[in-house]
Amino acid sequence: MDSTVNQKGLREEEFLINMGPQHPSTHGVLRLVLKMEGEYIRELTPHVGFLHRSIEKIAENRTYNQFMPFTDRIDYCASMPSNLAWAVAIEKLAGIEVPERAEYLRVIMVELNRIASHLIWLGCMSLDLGAVTPFLYAFREREWILDLFEMTCGQRLTYHYIRIGGVSRDIPPQFEKSCREFLKDFRKKVDDYEAILTENPIFLSRTKGVGILPLDLAKDLGASGPTIRGSYCKWDIRKAEPYSIYDRFDFDIPSGKNGDVWDRYMVRIEEFRQSCRIIEQALDGLPEGDTVRAKLPAVFRAPAGEVFSRIEAPRGEMGYYVVSTGDKKPYRVKIRTASYGNLQVLGPISIGFKIADLVAIFGSIDVILPEVDR
Amino acid sequence: MLELDNLLLNIYDLLATWFASLGIPIVWLDLLVMVFAGLVIIGVLALLALFLVWWERKVSAHFQDRLGPMRTGPHGVLQTLADGIKLLQKEDIVPDVADKKVYFWAPVVVFATAFMAYIVIPFGKGLIARDLNIGIIYILAITSFTVISLLMAGWASNNKYALLGGMRSAAQIVSYEVPLTISVMGAIMLAGSLSMVDIVEAQGPYFWRWFWLPQILGFGIYFVASVAEVNRTPFDLPEAEQELVAGFNVEYSGMKFAMFFLAEFVNMFTVSAVATTLFLGGWQPPLPGLSFIPSWIWFFGKTLFLVFVLMWFRWTYPRLRVDQLMSFAWKFLLPLAFANLILTGLGVYLFK
Repeated sequence: MDSTVNQKGLREEEFLINMGPQHPSTHGVLRLVLKMEGEYIRELTPHVGFLHRSIEKIAENRTYNQFMPFTDRIDYCASMPSNLAWAVAIEKLAGIEVPERAEYLRVIMVELNRIASHLIWLGCMSLDLGAVTPFLYAFREREWILDLFEMTCGQRLTYHYIRIGGVSRDIPPQFEKSCREFLKDFRKKVDDYEAILTENPIFLSRTKGVGILPLDLAKDLGASGPTIRGSYCKWDIRKAEPYSIYDRFDFDIPSGKNGDVWDRYMVRIEEFRQSCRIIEQALDGLPEGDTVRAKLPAVFRAPAGEVFSRIEAPRGEMGYYVVSTGDKKPYRVKIRTASYGNLQVLGPISIGFKIADLVAIFGSIDVILPEVDR
Repeated sequence: MLELDNLLLNIYDLLATWFASLGIPIVWLDLLVMVFAGLVIIGVLALLALFLVWWERKVSAHFQDRLGPMRTGPHGVLQTLADGIKLLQKEDIVPDVADKKVYFWAPVVVFATAFMAYIVIPFGKGLIARDLNIGIIYILAITSFTVISLLMAGWASNNKYALLGGMRSAAQIVSYEVPLTISVMGAIMLAGSLSMVDIVEAQGPYFWRWFWLPQILGFGIYFVASVAEVNRTPFDLPEAEQELVAGFNVEYSGMKFAMFFLAEFVNMFTVSAVATTLFLGGWQPPLPGLSFIPSWIWFFGKTLFLVFVLMWFRWTYPRLRVDQLMSFAWKFLLPLAFANLILTGLGVYLFK
């Protein structure tokens, strides 16, 4: 390590800290090498790849339908949007019409999953800031969503519910009542979270003005989702390039002003409410019908060609670039995940802040490691 | 009926006459009593620490819509004991690069000093090990020892996270000691004595005459500063898990870790006990008519209530950042403490 001798004749050296891959607040297996000056961060290098499972390569050796369960594992906190992204890409490539009821069910599930995913973020971020109790509150509400998913598809984490051409099965009769109860209850719970965090002076002083992300930098490094929306950029694929049936719903895109931790926090809190609005509209407009999945040939072959399609996952843009040669299996799959782009901004915006701020900043950009490494 | 002081005095008189009849100098009896008192204090506090650990887990669980420990004993009361046995069985790991002697002594110092403060705390009417005439100063001196042991642990572990934790705790505890000491002055001026017993007796058995009312500012400052003294949320930076993994005790395992852990709970009880003594009338009942309830029950009731408030803080608030913590101590608490001191001085001068 570099060491210098200062004017008083004392040896000075950089304080090098290796944070992770096993560390309570790297949210998985991220390794951060920090060069510190006391408590201040002077240089930060993220090292990724500890969770690499070569999912893109696996895709080349699986049929289109067989690959669907693997998409669950890309972002395990938000499996439904990952499923949807793959399904939307292949449907676009093959020109498959999805039944109306299935489209509504997809929207309901994806938005419920967005809430569940943001709840994990809320819990982990407040835990990073030292508040333990909101973590358990968030998981209490997430439990209800998982129960809803369980009654629909039997799974609680990796759902494999959205399929190419529709969804795997219809919702059970008690789903709608329970879901409406959840939404009613959850709106009050969001106010509770705000009471315990938003109005807390300690929380304010820890988040305001910390980790400011300029919009130019965010665009350059490919940040997306709530991370870029915190920097006053109303960019949301659901509005910008509507996929599925998102153009039918009425909702707002929340955005922050300064791009600090506080703004990213407020964006996600507001997204809780907007997702509730979307789910309510989707439940109201849910058409009757029996078919929830388009008929596909027993051996499905996508026509030759290439396609890129993207959706708005809870953490930002998730896109699939698929090259097909008309075979049963894709020739090449490239997955664009939000967390990888969002992680790039961590280094530049943390410089000059303290190690305690780094934890807050990292919590606020909501990176999930399996999505980074794939 | 349950008042312990008369009982103890009677026993003492009985023993004194017995010793006199045997022709043994009374000094030996005093020595015996002191050893006995020390053992009782250690025993009671060790049990109390076990209870507090369990209680904290229960309180946090109920705050968070959980049940907490339920399996070991009724409502999990034996959970801490089970944890203690587990920790006793664990291998005592000493890092190769550690400064072995300092590493060994750090938990001993923290544990011993945590208990030493109790010599001058009046648990009830006449229930005090030694009524030193400088009682409160003694407590302030002894509780400052914590910082030395935390620094020792942080330095000796030879771990960067531990070092950061140790440095943080040194800066924090030394800073908060200043407003804490000055806020205590107010109560001392009102009582006109440094002895813990005199301070309690000066407050009398009427709850509006206790010092929390004239010293409402001092009480607030003392309580906030004492939260920082015992490293609890929102001031738990030295052991901030999300930043420093576990801070100064990251390398400690087994019983040495348990000593840090228990000392934290004993210290938590200490600051609450001192707050009770100084501001909440110690063992005095809130109204004279309630004096049929033994004095030590009043003392423990009030102290445990303050401990509960400390737990309440911990499970509600996020953590402050290190620079915010320092500016809060020096720019806010300290001027306020001085203002309180001046106001109290004026009040004492004008009304007495």
